[in-house]
Amino acid sequence: MPAAPKSFQSLILTLHNYWSEKGCVILQPHDVEVGAGTLHPATVLRALGPKPWNAAYVQPSRRPGDGRYGENPNRLQHYYQYQVILKPNPANMQDLYLGSLEAIGLDLRTHDIRFVEDDWENPTVGAWGLGWEVWCDGMEVSQYTYFQQVGGLDVSPVAGELTYGLERLAMYVFGVDNVYDLPFNDPDSPLGALTYGDVFLANERQQSEANFHGYDVAVLKQQFEQMEEQVPLMLARSYKNETLVLPAYDMVLKASHLFNLMNARGAIAVAERASYIGRIRDLCKMCAQKWVELQEAA
Amino acid sequence: MPQLLLELFSEEIPARMQGQAAKDLERMAREHLAAAGFLPEALKTFAGPRRLTLVAEGLPLAQADRKEELKGPRVGAPQQAMDGFLRKAGLTQDQLVEQNGVWMAFVEKKGRPTAEIVAEMVEAIVRGFAWPKSMTWGTGKLRWVRPLKRILCVLDREVVPFEIDGIVSGDVTEGHRFMGDAKPFVAKDFDEYAAGLEAHYVVLDVEERKERILEGCKTLCFARHLELVEDIGLLEEVAGLAEWPTPVLGDMDPSFLDLPPEVIRTSMRTHQKYFAVRKPGEAGLAPHFITVANIEAKDGGKVIAAGNAKVLSSRLADARFFWDEDVKTGFEPWLAKLEGVTFHAKLGTMAQRVDRIVALAGEIAPLVGADVAKAKEAARLAKADLTSQMVGEFPELQGVMGGYYARHFGLDAEVAAAIEGHYKPQGPSDAVPTAPVSVAVALADKLDTLVGFFAIDEKPTGSKDPYALRRAALGVIRIILEAGKRFPLSEVLKPAHARAHEAATAGLWRFKATDEGKLVEGGPVLIDETVVRDLIAFFADRLKVTLKDQGKRHDLVDAVFALGDDDLARIVARVEALDGFLKTDDGKNLLAGYKRASNILKAEEKKGPLPEGQAEEPAADSAAEVGLYQALRLLDRPLKDALAKEDFTDAMAQLAELRGPVDAYLDGVFVNDPEHRDNRLKTLAAVRAAMGLVADFGLVAG
Repeated sequence: MPAAPKSFQSLILTLHNYWSEKGCVILQPHDVEVGAGTLHPATVLRALGPKPWNAAYVQPSRRPGDGRYGENPNRLQHYYQYQVILKPNPANMQDLYLGSLEAIGLDLRTHDIRFVEDDWENPTVGAWGLGWEVWCDGMEVSQYTYFQQVGGLDVSPVAGELTYGLERLAMYVFGVDNVYDLPFNDPDSPLGALTYGDVFLANERQQSEANFHGYDVAVLKQQFEQMEEQVPLMLARSYKNETLVLPAYDMVLKASHLFNLMNARGAIAVAERASYIGRIRDLCKMCAQKWVELQEAA
Repeated sequence: MPQLLLELFSEEIPARMQGQAAKDLERMAREHLAAAGFLPEALKTFAGPRRLTLVAEGLPLAQADRKEELKGPRVGAPQQAMDGFLRKAGLTQDQLVEQNGVWMAFVEKKGRPTAEIVAEMVEAIVRGFAWPKSMTWGTGKLRWVRPLKRILCVLDREVVPFEIDGIVSGDVTEGHRFMGDAKPFVAKDFDEYAAGLEAHYVVLDVEERKERILEGCKTLCFARHLELVEDIGLLEEVAGLAEWPTPVLGDMDPSFLDLPPEVIRTSMRTHQKYFAVRKPGEAGLAPHFITVANIEAKDGGKVIAAGNAKVLSSRLADARFFWDEDVKTGFEPWLAKLEGVTFHAKLGTMAQRVDRIVALAGEIAPLVGADVAKAKEAARLAKADLTSQMVGEFPELQGVMGGYYARHFGLDAEVAAAIEGHYKPQGPSDAVPTAPVSVAVALADKLDTLVGFFAIDEKPTGSKDPYALRRAALGVIRIILEAGKRFPLSEVLKPAHARAHEAATAGLWRFKATDEGKLVEGGPVLIDETVVRDLIAFFADRLKVTLKDQGKRHDLVDAVFALGDDDLARIVARVEALDGFLKTDDGKNLLAGYKRASNILKAEEKKGPLPEGQAEEPAADSAAEVGLYQALRLLDRPLKDALAKEDFTDAMAQLAELRGPVDAYLDGVFVNDPEHRDNRLKTLAAVRAAMGLVADFGLVAG
């Protein structure tokens, strides 16, 4: 067994190696801002339709409202999720998951691992599933879900999804209390050790200010509405009988991020929230529908 | 006799669903077995984090053979009828015998092997199990609470062969996920199964898991001279989260002890599922916690304790942050935020609700002896903590936090207590507020809720009571009964109705319907007197339930309610006195007399209107008539006095004087004598009327 990881990046590499060895496609992050790894088309869209799909990737996730100007040791407006999707979920998926914890250095006879009921849902993409929060010594280290619906459509076969909150997991594995103190690369690097703070603190500070005060609400709103208009138009186009679902879905993601920015700016009244979420869900459903049609036709 | 052992082995079953699952499995199995003609000598089920288990003792290996009689067509019936019968029964005509002009078949039915029946039963149970939420997985269509992995099914040590969506039955199961050798093992009967599980670190029985947790907690506490803060709900839950539950004691940073103990406990309980501990004899918490792990760790739990302590510290640091932010903010900004909080889509905002509660508390205050200004101030502030950060994180601390913050800001002690206690009582075992200001606000809060939801027709139905209106009504009843001051229910319902009426006519209460996901405005809510009538009936029902729970007869409650009184304390006193009276000989006999008199009156009423007016003094030679006449005259004043004093025991004693004269009258007097009929009916009506002052004896059973 290779040595347990010593840094944030080696934790990621260990997971990549582990899931690669298990046969997953190792993808790179999607290049559109998203609020969670689930929203990557490799999960939301690939979870739909009959074709098998097994992938793992890191996804930078943005939650504009969670920014704390780099002053809170646990909260970030930009962080990493490690995402695994296995479709259909293999019968031994729990064992595979537990193997990944061992790979990153958690001894399952020393640590207390428990599967605690947690029914996951994401209303903006019309998705829900049953599963657990996985606890390690009382801390939630992963979300484990068997998707039942995505984009408002029943899934068959069922995809199993694993989401690891990488910073939190790393803080636990390395015994670090402040996320900015995490060793980003090898602490003994001959080129100089860098912490998470060295890499990301400036980003947290600047983005927090932009999220809370910088963005022009009127512009955000206008952009949101443009995206919303564009989605059905894009879905009406096709190339060699293939509907342009993937570009349309990117627009849904953009709309979703614009909504999150407006929300962080305090520009969305409580009563409006549900209606915005409904609008995004409708767009997502349109994409999901078209995607399934493509998959079934192929 | 053979034994059946069944285990449905799955991925982790939510703790909250396990208890019901064990019951459902038992019920379904009993039904199936009974339908096949089996009555097991014993049947027991178990539920745990990864398995549902059933063991049934004393099943035969096959059903008994049965003789069945089949009735065919009449002799001479058309051939079509005969053919149809034969086809349906799978017989030929030579197997039929003629009996009383009808073709009969006497068929020997071989009993089926039990294994076959069990195989069908398990499939029916698995496919028909009513999990609160279920799912599919992989490529299959089968539904279970989480993926179903194995089915162990042995009857008399033999595998019962079957397959359900690719899961083949067997005699193999697995033990603990992490402890032991983690290898599957064979179990051919319950003894092997139980022994195997124990050897593989699984405690099968939830009661044993609970005992193990409690024992473990107490041992840890004893060693550290601590005491467990027992929590039955939490115990149930953690017993469903571990197959080998192992309590581990961890340390909490003592600097967090300055947080309110409710905050620490709630944080421990809801987020982390930890037990709290205290020093024996002390009220506050000690800076430790107990978590229940699923393993006996190699290092004795050091890493587990340290890890959990760290998580708790960050949770409590969050709580401290919320406290600090909250005391920087304070009540007035919170109140302003309530304008943006919807109470209910049809019932306007929380700020509007606060306005109504303030007005209502002011009107109720004089009734309960509270200072009007304080009651209004407490009502104004009571809901403010809903927008505090702490209550945002821990909704169950609503009210409690308001009380802490009120004291922190140096508000009046009675006001702070009312803010803290106005949600009470939150259940049958919860205490009732008794301080006058608290009573006024608690009543105002509940009455506003009740009137509002009745107005928009969101009354509880059957087992559904999403807005806890039954609890609110029961709370009102308990508060009124335990308050020092007496007043009729209508005295507090009327102002509540008036406030609701204002809100409705001002258009604050509106129906909103969803039309394809979008909110659409509807017309204003209309409030009329039926709301109050329905509410009084609702309160009457709740009071009946309460009195019934105290062992009071349902019919007595009805008999008192029929008088139309809405003074709850008086109703209860009457029911109690009536209950006592009917247990006496006089009471029982008088009730019998009442029924006889009442039956005569009812029969005569059918013929035409009863004579009205006072009975005249009967002829002196009719002793029975004179006796009752005199008894009624003598009774009149003391009965009314006793009722005026609300001394219902005395009133019953007065009524008891009627027993002898009524008995003698009914036994000795012919009521329908044409000459005396009118006067005699008037006498019986007088008996009914006198007794009716105490209760409607017509509604009393017996």
